[in-house]
Amino acid sequence: MIGKLEGKVPPGPLEQKWRNHKNNSRLVSPNNRRKFEIIVVGSGLAGGSAAATLGELGYRVKCFCYQDSPRRAHSIAAQGGINAAKNYQNDGDSVFRLFYDTIKGGDFRSREANVYRLAEVSNLIIDQCTEQGVPFAREYGGLLANRSFGGAQVSRTFYARGQTGQQLLLGAYQALCRQIALGTVKMFPQTEMLDLVLVDGHAKGVITRNLCTGQIQAFAGDAVVLATGGYGNVFFLSTNARGCNVTATYRAYKRGALFGNPCFTQIHPTCIPVTGHHQSKLTLMSESLRNDGRVWVPKRTEDCAKPPNEIPDADRDYYLERKYPSFGNLAPRDIASRAAKEVCDEGRGVGPGGRGVYLDFADAISRLNEDTIRERYGNLFDIYQKITAEDAYKTPMRIYPAVHYTMGGLWVDYNLMSNIPGLHVIGEANFSDHGANRLGASALMQGLADGYFVLPYTLPNYLAGQIGKRPSTDHEEFKLVESEVRARVKKLLEVNGERTLTSFHRELGLLLWDKCGMARNATGLREALEKIPDLRDEFWKKVRVPGEGESYNQSLERAGRIADFLEFAELMCIDALERDESCGGHFREEHQTPDGEAQRDDENFAAVFAWEFQGNGKVERPKLHREPLHFEAVHLTQRSYK
Amino acid sequence: MNFQLNVWRQANAKSKGKFATYEARNIAPDTSFLEMLDIVNDELTERSEAPIAFDSDCREGICGACALTINGQAHGPKHPAAACQLYMRSFDDGKTITVEPFRAKPFPLVRDLVIDRSALDRIVQAGGFIAARAGSAPEANSIPVPKHNADLAIEAAACIGCGACAAACPNASAMLFTAAKVSHLAFLPQGAPERTLRVTKMVRQMDAEGFGNCTNTYECEAVCPAEISASFIAKLNREYARAVLQRSVGE
Repeated sequence: MIGKLEGKVPPGPLEQKWRNHKNNSRLVSPNNRRKFEIIVVGSGLAGGSAAATLGELGYRVKCFCYQDSPRRAHSIAAQGGINAAKNYQNDGDSVFRLFYDTIKGGDFRSREANVYRLAEVSNLIIDQCTEQGVPFAREYGGLLANRSFGGAQVSRTFYARGQTGQQLLLGAYQALCRQIALGTVKMFPQTEMLDLVLVDGHAKGVITRNLCTGQIQAFAGDAVVLATGGYGNVFFLSTNARGCNVTATYRAYKRGALFGNPCFTQIHPTCIPVTGHHQSKLTLMSESLRNDGRVWVPKRTEDCAKPPNEIPDADRDYYLERKYPSFGNLAPRDIASRAAKEVCDEGRGVGPGGRGVYLDFADAISRLNEDTIRERYGNLFDIYQKITAEDAYKTPMRIYPAVHYTMGGLWVDYNLMSNIPGLHVIGEANFSDHGANRLGASALMQGLADGYFVLPYTLPNYLAGQIGKRPSTDHEEFKLVESEVRARVKKLLEVNGERTLTSFHRELGLLLWDKCGMARNATGLREALEKIPDLRDEFWKKVRVPGEGESYNQSLERAGRIADFLEFAELMCIDALERDESCGGHFREEHQTPDGEAQRDDENFAAVFAWEFQGNGKVERPKLHREPLHFEAVHLTQRSYK
Repeated sequence: MNFQLNVWRQANAKSKGKFATYEARNIAPDTSFLEMLDIVNDELTERSEAPIAFDSDCREGICGACALTINGQAHGPKHPAAACQLYMRSFDDGKTITVEPFRAKPFPLVRDLVIDRSALDRIVQAGGFIAARAGSAPEANSIPVPKHNADLAIEAAACIGCGACAAACPNASAMLFTAAKVSHLAFLPQGAPERTLRVTKMVRQMDAEGFGNCTNTYECEAVCPAEISASFIAKLNREYARAVLQRSVGE
């Protein structure tokens, strides 16, 4: 059914592609814009900025989010910062360097043209957010300040203390609020998308459930934009918010949208370690801490139980500085995470269970004094203190990698449109810009780039041919999909078994963390692929979902999401098994260099893996489509941060 | 650790609510308050009883979703922290803990401990923004902002929109919430063109939602998980007085 995958990358030299594409893109005139209804699902950085911008342009927008307010989308939790190629520091930065760092950081598994465009519009984002009143950090002269992040040798990260995501999201939220008041955007909080409706092969609507009343309702639109974030919660424990889920993108996948690189997940090196079975989520400690913190473990196993201040410098192994002298503690996330796992596997981990490494600020405090450190990272030290009851000004933090971000997502072309006409996917929900590993401070950049400066230009390429083609929700396809959604909700409530939702989700998460986490191998992945269907069967036989469908029912919300994770997990493992190479965060133990780094196989795997659902409702082996990646401006090299 | 919980149960806004008692047993001290409720909920589910509905999302104190009054205090006894940042080690073993929703007239109850805080969104919709069309913004460094002002702006902008201020206030006033947004934007030059209109409209909406007035009890500041200073309320009053004065002289 699906032919050759067309990325629709415009012709011409890399630095002219986006400009040319904009010049050649179709337009929708102002008086026609109000004839279009755009459905935006998700209200984070990508969805919120897209909904606000499209509303401002004059489209009629319906925006949906599962939270009780669009201001609570999980973009709010991003701490460290947002990259841009402003070169305010006069340290040699440029659009090309930001592009190059991002594509190299992604281990050469993303589309050159998309990444270049991202770097190009990064500067506009800083202008836009500053004008909106985002209180970025400033120097005493009143100009904007920057700091460094992993994977770069320039300071290009803009930040608002350790609350950059919060401030950028509130900027987008406020812009959205303005449009809501003007009536261009209608907001549907506490409303979850449960399915996508296709009419004549085009995405023309969604089926939603109102989480307060349980009402299931159909909405028709001229185009659908998914901005529903990542699927890190498939691992049960992650730094994602509790509600983050794969349902919207997975439902779209089941309706024919291709899922790109689902195995590309980011394990963030600096999170607060797991403390016990009761834990419901993990908390990130911003990568920016690695600007001033030094990562170490004891050289000898027998020192691990000693208090850190009793271990002299000579007996400490600052392993990132030792292994990667030129990037040191600012090595990219995938590399820093694996290095932490490695020293813990050697038995040199610290803290309960030995799964932790120190992030030590003693040197920075003696060099700069405590107040400077407090000003830079005060709120992060406070978060750490609240969770662990330890004072990181006095004793080193203990950190360990945790699931944080998913580079994989629905496949999109250069216009950010999936293979389903009309279905656009932006932000973390698409697979587009980060390849096999995302650099720090790039997620905020991508979410806002897509919403403010890319989608508003590319969406008209689809809409221009669609005037007057919006179906009514009376169309039989809407009735059909709605009845399927109702049947599924009913089925979840009717199982009435004896096992809790938490027990299923935890079991799935542990299995994936073990077999498809920081390191993967063929044997483990095959094992997971045998176990997941059994767990899924058991779920549908034994799960207990209390309450009714027509009321506020948090168990039912979770049940639907976990049911989708139980299918999606299989797709992740299939993808991880099929990608028989190591790259970025996808570390196949069979493929490593003599010194333990990821060994790519460019000849066979310089491609996007885009999976097509098969099985007429049942889960069967999906069909693989490959989009070869062509590199014109960069040379593929073994990534080195040494 | 073991606890007895006194939890507010109410099926919906129309039904009558009441306290119900539950046991939380064998809770590790490092369990968060919300994780303790998760454990109780799993036990309730196993016993075929309806789990306790409560809102939460990020569980790290930034999204503002959690809204619990614990032992009479909005967000509980550990200041400054949202309920999700509260750990059971903060409580004495064997104690009874009372859990209620945030109570304020403009926050209608949805179920059990879940409330509707859309009134806060409507205050922002009334004027809590800077109109900045994507594409129109000038070069970011073309307007320097004194560091002192930028620092004050972010202190105000740190509000997480949880509504604890209104829940803790004897007058159910949302002055701290409104003051935070008005101040954040008033400290920045970009916010200047809409300064007068903004404060006027936001205060009008705040009143229309049924929030009360500030009588300087400082309960809001005491419970605010983002440590928003009550001095911003003084700033709000000044901004409002300035706006009224400007209008009265016809500016």
